[in-house]
Amino acid sequence: MDVMDRIKDAVESNAVVIFMKGTPQMPQCGFSSRASQALSACGEEFAYVNVLADPEVFQNLPRYANWPTFPQVYINGELVGGCDITLEMFQKGELQKLVKDAVAKSGAKAS
Amino acid sequence: MNENRVAMIREKLTTTFAPTELDIEDDSAKHAGHAGARSGGGHFNVRIVSAEFSGKSLVERHRMVYAAMGDAMQSDIHALSIQAKSPDEA
Repeated sequence: MDVMDRIKDAVESNAVVIFMKGTPQMPQCGFSSRASQALSACGEEFAYVNVLADPEVFQNLPRYANWPTFPQVYINGELVGGCDITLEMFQKGELQKLVKDAVAKSGAKAS
Repeated sequence: MNENRVAMIREKLTTTFAPTELDIEDDSAKHAGHAGARSGGGHFNVRIVSAEFSGKSLVERHRMVYAAMGDAMQSDIHALSIQAKSPDEA
């Protein structure tokens, strides 16, 4: 599969997905670490893509979303933002709601 | 080297957004040596207030700032932490 299709597939087939440096268990960058921690704290499952383990995605994700840096958080197939926006929304309680609604919606679709 | 980068960021943001407030902090030293910093790009924190951000979503505001940085995002800047507010939010 073409790399842009692989990115699109990851974004659209997961209610919540983070493209990050490292993994939620072993983050390789402070920004990726903080963003994935905020997602974890929302209390729902989320998918992740380790961009350091996938050089093609690392190279091409910035042009997929017109967003130059990592991490990138997608909910309901849309870019929510990077670390700053993810944390800001978490602090306001907006991220938790968005994540819960997205997971509930994808669960309803699957059943 | 990073003093020049701060000046470069300041100039780009000032030209593009005519901000009423602009703080740029060089955070590079805190990140020296970690994996992502190996490329040599700096870490910077930006707080900017501009009427240009009125009515724009957070994602749009960040994209506007990244766009103003242009090629520097690929070279001089490894990470840019952004707080972009409109004057009535500041």
